[in-house]
Amino acid sequence: MKPKNQRLALLLLAVVAVLGAALLAMSGLRQQASYFYAPSDVVRDKLPVGREVRLGGMVVKGSLRHARDGVTIDFRVTDGMKTVPVRFRGIAPDLFREGSGVVAEGTFQSDGRFVADNLLAKHDERYMPPQLAGAMHKTGKVR
Amino acid sequence: MIAEAGLAALWLAAALALLQLGLGALALRGHAALGPAVRPVAVVQGALVALAFALLILVFLRSDMSVALVVENSHSAKPWLYKFAGTWGNHEGSMLMWVTILGLGGAAVALLERRLDQRTAIATLAAQAAIGLGFYAFLLFASNPFARISPAPADGHGLNPLLQDPGLAFHPPTLYLGYVGLSIAFSYAVGALITGQVGPTLARAMRPWVLGAWILLTLGITAGSYWAYYELGWGGWWFWDPVENASLMPWLAATALLHSVTVLATRAALRAWTVMLAVVAFSMSMIGTFLVRSGILTSVHAFAVDPRRGSFILVLLAIYIGGALALFALRASSVREGAPFEPVSREGALVINNLLFSAILGIVLTGTLYPLAVETMTGEKLSVGAPYFDATAGPLALALVVVMAAGPLLRWRRDELKALAVRLAIPAAVAIVAIAVVFLLLPVAGVLPRLGLIFAAGIAIASVAPLAGRNLRRTPLHIWGMVIAHFGIAVSLAGMASESAFTRETLVAARPGETLAVGPWSVRFVGVEPVAGPNWTAIRAKLEARRGDTLLTLAPEARMFNAPPTETTESAIATRPTGQLYTVLGKSDGDGRWQLRLWWKPMVTLIWAGGALVAIGGALALLGRLRRERRREAM
Repeated sequence: MKPKNQRLALLLLAVVAVLGAALLAMSGLRQQASYFYAPSDVVRDKLPVGREVRLGGMVVKGSLRHARDGVTIDFRVTDGMKTVPVRFRGIAPDLFREGSGVVAEGTFQSDGRFVADNLLAKHDERYMPPQLAGAMHKTGKVR
Repeated sequence: MIAEAGLAALWLAAALALLQLGLGALALRGHAALGPAVRPVAVVQGALVALAFALLILVFLRSDMSVALVVENSHSAKPWLYKFAGTWGNHEGSMLMWVTILGLGGAAVALLERRLDQRTAIATLAAQAAIGLGFYAFLLFASNPFARISPAPADGHGLNPLLQDPGLAFHPPTLYLGYVGLSIAFSYAVGALITGQVGPTLARAMRPWVLGAWILLTLGITAGSYWAYYELGWGGWWFWDPVENASLMPWLAATALLHSVTVLATRAALRAWTVMLAVVAFSMSMIGTFLVRSGILTSVHAFAVDPRRGSFILVLLAIYIGGALALFALRASSVREGAPFEPVSREGALVINNLLFSAILGIVLTGTLYPLAVETMTGEKLSVGAPYFDATAGPLALALVVVMAAGPLLRWRRDELKALAVRLAIPAAVAIVAIAVVFLLLPVAGVLPRLGLIFAAGIAIASVAPLAGRNLRRTPLHIWGMVIAHFGIAVSLAGMASESAFTRETLVAARPGETLAVGPWSVRFVGVEPVAGPNWTAIRAKLEARRGDTLLTLAPEARMFNAPPTETTESAIATRPTGQLYTVLGKSDGDGRWQLRLWWKPMVTLIWAGGALVAIGGALALLGRLRRERRREAM
């Protein structure tokens, strides 16, 4: 192969690889990108049952219940307008408490309950998750 | 006085960077007499910025509460190690560390570079000074680390407890050295583009720096992964967190660059591509810094949420990346055509390696930036997590390790597929045996872990195959380096696959005296006791783990830090030759029961052992290359 042609072939190969990667990335993103929900989005939108999503808001004061097995908790998450019941099995993060911000990762059940397999708590005043801050802004409930 | 002296040193260093850039530009534009002044200026600049950084460390060690940065991030009761490492456990300090390494890198180039022609060396140092100037401006105008506070408070706010870990002393400096090491490759590429000297000499001059940066990035990522594993207490070793991706992306680009630089040095091919990769690699370092430091991500790495700082870094990024790409577009036509080569050859395999690395880089970059872009444009919030990255980057990574197995067995210039098939026969046979074992013994594991185990077995054999038929005592060090690094990838892959296929978990609330089972272990929960450290108090659980005749004691803790008041969980991990027992203490239910989470993770340590092997391989290769250069110079 002449050097010119080889350069062209390499360039084509690179373009194909990049386009392929971009297509793969796009299809992956369409399937897998999990949306961030605030409780009022949930009530308004159709429930994304069975898909990995994130739910963010404040833990409602007085809503925290410990199940008998000692490792399952139930609580309600609010954005100031609507609330969603959440169940979590595991060790809750240290800063998880009633009246504090939380982002739950997990899936919605068909009955509207959110089953979380991971909880992210607000670290301290300086570490407000931006997603949560945004969700709070939307409902005008910023402290 | 110390803080003022530090600030003065920083201003002087910035002025010298400007001088270095100006002298370099003039020297290249015909005032050749100014050329010899560039190197000394670069050395003095490096010394001054290092002095500024040393003075900031001193301010932290002395707990000088009249300096705002110390007040916000330190506390006089902290152990000295965290006062020291706390210097870079905050935004301003870490940015000062970044420019210090940038300045010292320039000084090192000025002192050590002897291969390049005079003009290209000057252009390289001018480019390094141009990068430095932007970050000096950022420090001096937007994040002055030496700012005083008046009146001085009695004591500071303390350091985020998650950062109060010996890892803080090593992890950021290692990663920064890697990031900023890539700036040197970037400057070489820009310098060579300016003078039109893109060729094997450039590749040989650039290679040690790329190798060095790559070794440190490898170590930094490996250490960061282990840190997240034991400190977060979640049992995972990689979360596809944007902050992790920020360190992975420069590594992917640097790995591609490392391989293409070899093609350029050996075969004078891939000229423009190598220069492009050098630009991309440092761009990824800067994008990583921007993501991590701008505060648009929430993590232990995001120190301060100040939008102005984010925009400042974004502008710097646009200038450097845009400028380098524009220079590339202008000068690419001056880069000579590379030597042609056959598709079935070592260089052919390295081209596929480069394409796959670039594709993975593109996928990780897209997945990391897409949520930010969508949020900026539509306000809609979404997060991209492990499912996306596993499904897209996973298969490409497996394809990459196949190329990795085959590539080193191919000859340079031209080879035959049949000959390659013969050389790959034994590794393939091992992989087939592994297929049988994996499918017979593991009916429940997922697809990726199974493929991982099979591939690990095959490439472990293939990676040592280049040594077959060689006199081992006469095999050059850089070949040993390649073999060990590739074998390390196989080891790491085996660990990852094993961790996700065989991990056993137990999560319960237990009373003291109860015995729990996890995998092959029976674990007795002896009880809890209160303990106190220098600046924290804790509840410590005592666990006795038994398996056959082996008896281990583990003591996971739930800690309460005083300043700032924060709780953290300290996992307790017992390492055995066959795996790790990982235990976490949760909360009390107020009724005598304690939450306990136990994991048995067979062979999980191989993940980081593999990473260490990759770095050791890189170090051997670096040593071998440097020794060979010295011998060539002597002759």
